[in-house]
Amino acid sequence: MDINLSAADAAFQNEARDFIEAALPGDIRAKAELGQRLEKDDYVRWHKILFDKGWVAPAWPEELGGTGWTPLQRHLFEEELARAEAPRLMPFGLSMVAPVIMAFGDAAQKKHFLPRILSCEDWWCQGYSEPGAGSDLASLTTKAVPDGDDYIVSGAKTWTTLAQFADMIFCLVRTSNEGKSQTGITFLLIDMHSPGITVRPIRTIDGGHEVNNIFFDDVRVPQANRIGEENKGWTYAKFLLGHERTGIAAIGRSKQELRRLKEVASAEASGAGTASLAEAGAFADKMADLEIDILALESLVLKIVADESAGRTPGAEASILKIRGTEIQQRLSELTLEAMGYYANPYIAEAQEAGWNGAPVGPEIAATVTPHYLNWRKASIYGGTNEIQKNIIAKMVLGL
Amino acid sequence: MDFILSDEQKLFQESVESFVAREYDDDKRRTLSESEDGFSRAHWANFAELGWLSLGLDEAHGGLGGTALDSAVLMESLGRALVVEPYLTSVVMGGALIELAGNNAQKSVHLPALGTGDLLLAFAFAEPRARYDLATTATTAKKASDGYILNGHKSVVLHAATADKIIVSARTAGEVNERDGISLFLLERTAPGLTLQAYPTIDGGRAAEVKLAAAAGELLGEAGKAHAVIEAVIDRAIIALSAEAVGIMQTLIEMTRAYVDSRKQFGIPIGKFQVLQHQLVDMYMAHELSKALTYRAAAAIGTADAPARARAASAAKVQIGKAGRLIGQQAVQLHGGMGMTDELPLGQYFKRLTMIETLFGSTDHHRRRFASLAGA
Repeated sequence: MDINLSAADAAFQNEARDFIEAALPGDIRAKAELGQRLEKDDYVRWHKILFDKGWVAPAWPEELGGTGWTPLQRHLFEEELARAEAPRLMPFGLSMVAPVIMAFGDAAQKKHFLPRILSCEDWWCQGYSEPGAGSDLASLTTKAVPDGDDYIVSGAKTWTTLAQFADMIFCLVRTSNEGKSQTGITFLLIDMHSPGITVRPIRTIDGGHEVNNIFFDDVRVPQANRIGEENKGWTYAKFLLGHERTGIAAIGRSKQELRRLKEVASAEASGAGTASLAEAGAFADKMADLEIDILALESLVLKIVADESAGRTPGAEASILKIRGTEIQQRLSELTLEAMGYYANPYIAEAQEAGWNGAPVGPEIAATVTPHYLNWRKASIYGGTNEIQKNIIAKMVLGL
Repeated sequence: MDFILSDEQKLFQESVESFVAREYDDDKRRTLSESEDGFSRAHWANFAELGWLSLGLDEAHGGLGGTALDSAVLMESLGRALVVEPYLTSVVMGGALIELAGNNAQKSVHLPALGTGDLLLAFAFAEPRARYDLATTATTAKKASDGYILNGHKSVVLHAATADKIIVSARTAGEVNERDGISLFLLERTAPGLTLQAYPTIDGGRAAEVKLAAAAGELLGEAGKAHAVIEAVIDRAIIALSAEAVGIMQTLIEMTRAYVDSRKQFGIPIGKFQVLQHQLVDMYMAHELSKALTYRAAAAIGTADAPARARAASAAKVQIGKAGRLIGQQAVQLHGGMGMTDELPLGQYFKRLTMIETLFGSTDHHRRRFASLAGA
């Protein structure tokens, strides 16, 4: 066992850090520092900067635009992105549908879609959940009926993240009601600009608009946009869920959030003498607890990354990363809220956007901490609730 | 010993419940939250008629002479329906400040006006660098020929913009974090030199930064001795707030219970899954414990000496803080994605509970305070 970075990996880390430092646009960085909302253009600009550098899809095979980095280097790169608070690279195209297209798509699909994902010409979103199919995803009812060279799709999808920006959606649809619910599902790629698609925003408790309902009203989809075979979509969906799981721990992001929390707490008065909140007993203890939780999770992530380098792919234990990763993210948002004291309470919607010129109420970051806290409650719900993740570990790892 | 409400208390409870059943639902509450004042003055007039505004006031000044327990009964019912009117700030806190600090002339003018709903009060005590410490007061008041002149900045003053008068704590002597030397002042909300930066709060309510630049104020009570009064008032407010939180928790549990019954996955209601049952049981237990402790504190606080009162209030605040976080977060979790939507009233309750945790001192603050006070 050797827990140190090799000289080559350390040099790589520096190179990545220097590049990101120089390339990240100042206006995007400023928004990130205050936790302000990013626009579509912010995500796309950053994506294209990394695309131009050739670093946008490190996990892809080199011949398709990947970097050829080791799993550890990919992890280090992720961490540097998070450290710089760069906009998240949307996973829906790059790390969700692209691997499915690579593994199960036909030649025409690969040729058409993959370059457009790489360059961000298409913004993708994910059509899995439905109003009646959440944890029980296989009970989905959006149906696709063959009609000549097309399918006619009708039904509804929900919780679709940033569908308002999307050009394409990958969907699980029902093509058969025979047998088990998993067996009649087909994986379709659907143009979001097709007639018959309606996107309706879902307003969330933080006041934001991130997720949507999508309605399909007899939408015509070419059968050429079907991945693999009809009624085999569940297999492809499961492949997707098993792909690229270490990122789900969001460890780099949590480390950066912890740095931010320490800064914020150091600037806050504790209300007891001259000590800052960061130095005050109870709060300092809670931050230390959280930092140790982050260290433990990071250690597990590094172990899994090292296993991947040795050719062992992680299985159901990736669910640990989802559970602990989201618990830590939620805890970070709780402590940041607590650090604000009374100033956690003002809710000034405009102050969450860049370019607001009003006088700040309390510390400048205060405007976004409670919305973030509320918004992060989603993390233990999305991507398979943490209860479902525990079921997976119980069944698949412990054999219960 | 019993934990049974008197007939009068039950009557009050029924009066609140029938009022909110008639006047409050999710749509109506949202309409009020989005209105300029953030609440309904018509409701406020109704509260006066129903006797709620004079419930806790001294009988000598037109009040009903109710106890902290009576207020708790009322606050719990207000919490059940998430009533947005400024009962806590104007009646519970404003009334207690006038009663505990005011001289006879001030009491006889202001208390009856509070009871009839003609006077709305706000209390400006927190400051940007004070966090939850009630002694830390940088705002100053200097004696002038007729009254006092105040300078300083008070933070997150609840319902300041709709108050007729704002009660402000300011330093007339001593160092910035000393207990001695703090005084209370009554200021007209429209007084020259007093400016408000008003904004909504996360629970849909209203607050403001209050900036004082040579604003004139009338001394409320005795100069330099206000710290003990402020502590007593905040402790009463904590008990009332805890009762409100108990009501909110109960509603959240009922909503969640109904949701897990109706939401089906894998062919059965999700409430049949044991792991979700146990989470709901944890919520239920946290609520029962919170309610018992809050009512015990409410019943004791009237006759308790200052340290016993402080311990009771801090204990309630810690219990409410922990239980409120558990119940609020789990209510969202058990609703799944629906719990994240603004469409359900659930989120409004969750946000109010989240805010309650920060008001009048966080869980950490009151745990520390409780530990620092000698137990009986």
